[in-house]
Amino acid sequence: MQKINRDQKVRNFHQAKWDEPIIFELHKSGERGVTLPAVEESIENHVGDGVSAIPAEMMRKRKPNLPEISQNRVLRHYLRLSQETLGAAFNVEIGQGTCTMKYSPKINEAFASSAKMTELHPLQDVSTVQGMLEIIYKLDLCMREISGMDYFSFQPGSGTQSLFTMASIVRAYHESRGEGEQRNEIITTIFSHPSQAATAAVKGYKIITLYPDQDGFPDIEKLKAAVSDRTAGFVVANPEDTGIYNPRIKEFTKIVHEAGGICYYDQANANGLLGITRAKEAGFDMCFFNLHKTFSTPHACGGPATGALGVVGKLKEFLPGPIVEKQGENYSLNDNLNHSIGKVRSFQGVPQTVLRAYAWIRSLGAEGLKDVAKVAVLNNNYLYHKILKIRGADAPYIKGKRLEQVRYSWEQLTKDTGVTTDDISYRMADFAHHYWSSHHPYVVPEPFTLEPTESTSKADLDEYIASLTHISNEAYTNPEVVKSAPHNSTIHRVDEQDFFENPEKWAITWRSYLKKIKNTETINS
Amino acid sequence: MKKQAHPYIPNTVPEVQEEMLREIGAQTIEELFDGIPEELQYKKEMNIPKALSEYELRRYIDGILAKNKSTTEYVNFLGAGCWNHFVPAVCDEVNQRAEFLTAYAGDPYEDHGRYQALFEYQSLMAELVDMDVVNVPTFDWAQAAATSIRMASRINGRNKVLLPKTISPDRLKVIKNYCSPHIECILVDYEEDSGQINLSDLEDKLSSSIAAVYFENPSYLGFVETKGQKISKLAKSIGAITIVGVDPSSLGVLSPPSHYGADIVCGDLQPLGMHMNYGGGQSGFIATHDDLTFIQEYPSRLFGIAPTVVEGEYGFGDVLYDRTSFALREKGKESVGTQTALWGITAGVYLSLLGPAGMYELGKTILQKSQYAMGQLGNISNVVASRFESTNFKEFVVDFSYTGKSVKDINKYLLDHGIFGGKDLSEDFPELGQCALFCVTEIHSKEDIDRLVTAIQECIDAK
Repeated sequence: MQKINRDQKVRNFHQAKWDEPIIFELHKSGERGVTLPAVEESIENHVGDGVSAIPAEMMRKRKPNLPEISQNRVLRHYLRLSQETLGAAFNVEIGQGTCTMKYSPKINEAFASSAKMTELHPLQDVSTVQGMLEIIYKLDLCMREISGMDYFSFQPGSGTQSLFTMASIVRAYHESRGEGEQRNEIITTIFSHPSQAATAAVKGYKIITLYPDQDGFPDIEKLKAAVSDRTAGFVVANPEDTGIYNPRIKEFTKIVHEAGGICYYDQANANGLLGITRAKEAGFDMCFFNLHKTFSTPHACGGPATGALGVVGKLKEFLPGPIVEKQGENYSLNDNLNHSIGKVRSFQGVPQTVLRAYAWIRSLGAEGLKDVAKVAVLNNNYLYHKILKIRGADAPYIKGKRLEQVRYSWEQLTKDTGVTTDDISYRMADFAHHYWSSHHPYVVPEPFTLEPTESTSKADLDEYIASLTHISNEAYTNPEVVKSAPHNSTIHRVDEQDFFENPEKWAITWRSYLKKIKNTETINS
Repeated sequence: MKKQAHPYIPNTVPEVQEEMLREIGAQTIEELFDGIPEELQYKKEMNIPKALSEYELRRYIDGILAKNKSTTEYVNFLGAGCWNHFVPAVCDEVNQRAEFLTAYAGDPYEDHGRYQALFEYQSLMAELVDMDVVNVPTFDWAQAAATSIRMASRINGRNKVLLPKTISPDRLKVIKNYCSPHIECILVDYEEDSGQINLSDLEDKLSSSIAAVYFENPSYLGFVETKGQKISKLAKSIGAITIVGVDPSSLGVLSPPSHYGADIVCGDLQPLGMHMNYGGGQSGFIATHDDLTFIQEYPSRLFGIAPTVVEGEYGFGDVLYDRTSFALREKGKESVGTQTALWGITAGVYLSLLGPAGMYELGKTILQKSQYAMGQLGNISNVVASRFESTNFKEFVVDFSYTGKSVKDINKYLLDHGIFGGKDLSEDFPELGQCALFCVTEIHSKEDIDRLVTAIQECIDAK
């Protein structure tokens, strides 16, 4: 047989394209997707039709205008849509810096879909959920080891909600000391996630944002100038989204503590730090980890998720309740925390995520967790080293080593060719890659932020690098092909005009779309 | 012995590590951490047990989970914010697809299917609430309600909100925390006999500083609030916004709040295809009319439909992205981020499967079965079911105050007989005495209900 040539460096890819209608277009009057449990005749004899009990003014007059579709057509529709989605399980997923897109082991999905997990009601008697509470408690113990904190809460449903919870604790703490009014400022940095600033503002704080010095570190002199008796807290990621660890972090937390503020740590970027360095030793009073990032639970299109929140002993009483405790061999729920901020999410947050994360930790052990950090950092430095060799690419700030991610820049390439980071993002989709620019504002010009976790092999990294190199070459030789990308995606470039900005044109639902196209057709006719 | 590569970490192969280090120009991996000061480097070994293989892990975790008694083993009558419903198999199939399960932040050229599925969810939910705008899901009902209240406060610049005293205490805790320090939460009394909002107390508390009036249908205590139209008129008369929290499983039979004057509707998607997951199935939604004043106050993402450069293709994107904290940091509307998108997709699947007839039948079945349960429980001497003279949907308050038994006693007896009894209200609502909140849905058979009634009868009869 003839040898089949597979020499091409970039992937010869085309995404699934099913040309699937909007679900309402699948409506066929009378079809059914599922039937419900029957009502026994004897119940009907007792109570009649049930609905007659509803007062006339509260009775729904017209049935909701939902489509009627048979079961296999509903399934087929959603399976097709799933194929038109590039989940992290499918690609070399290193393109979403700051979000630690790693492998989510299938065995942990088996646990999460067990009836011993899915069919638990959150208000069951604690004697019937000892297994669930044991897992929550044991993950708490692991997280204490990883961070040096004294207690964890898994109630927050994401990193953002954890940041909100920490800002709430900062407020409650100062209020408990009679300084709630006076301490009205929270200090953050520009390379930290926007939610740090946003959630502190939701809690009524004035935000002070530190910009980097010439090496890319938050400017310590600016911090010294910013702290005062108005300082309530300081929130920062370390490393920040540049992947540069701030070696003076202990001085930062000391400066804030001396001013009477609380230091809280966004550990969204913790993947290179497991077993390497901890929040406690750096002087933090609180920290959080995203279980859906560092601890492998799936991102699920954006939740459900968990922002595991750890605090030092003096802040335990401020945690949202209840917390899980152990007495003898029994686990219990304690909702008697003196200064508790109350609650941030119903019940116990998202326990199936806690279960997955605990299983993941147990599949690695202390040594494996440290390997996660070591390999993630090795992978990142390899990628970094190779990307700096690509024409038009650079990484601002210090030229030394980086931890688990890097924020790069195509500034030179854009100057040379007119091709932007957004164009490259769309072109990367043609080769089955996700690629992300940066949060706003773009401090680094034409940014892109990559984070290879421990899950990527050298071959994976080489493929990603080959695709970026290929696109850089295209930009310098045939920029049009990049500027008009994507070519191999499910759809072509969205004609944005003002469909997302103009109230006359935007349609956030199908019914709104139908109304607005009808209006346009009337005007045009 | 040579260290074995970890199955989740391909580059634990020593030769590969050496090759990569050579490429970088480093001797050891440890060197790469030079940027972390010596004094901050953790030198001890973490006290975490050594790695388990997949099979060992399975035995170990299954062993812990086996200690749980699930609602497939016990008959469950608990609701109170998380409800035991039928979950169609197709819902699980779709949300366990690796594509959806592991997707995250792709743009429409990688994740067209994710955008379409969420746009469809918004569209299906919009039909259920009969409004034109629904957001990408938030965390849960409580946080959706809090955000709705904050939206109202931003719109009219006022800083107080009225809420019914019958609200779930836990939900109120979340709302208070999200509202503090800007917005004050004030509770409105209820009618002692019916549970309905006390209109004269409401009128007394209405003033020009009230941003919004929030109430629920059905209420936390299970009854249908019938004076919605009146409440929203009163709110409107002083320039306040009406917000209604709703259980979507009721909307096949109950009027959607937009029909009685709600400006913002919110609630929980968990009944629409999510397993209870010990509370991890909760997912919030917010809906409004297609009104710029309201739309620009959403913190959430709102996916819109648009043409692409090729005729015949549907494209999607973010409507008014520049509202969000992603775009504006602390100057954006509250904050956005990971919430519960997968549950939104699942709720879309659920609504597509049930359709209009299914949603009607769901409501009807729940009404019939819960009315039957109330009737049978009420037949037990000295048991009052329901405590409130109103129409109930799915949940109802049972009063055991005259039985000589506390709710605690009764629930203990039920537990010993394989039944999770209703939520004990005696601490949260002491004025009600020994009352419990029971939940009956389409999943309960006559046999389940009769078993509950018999067990309670036995418990009361026992000395």
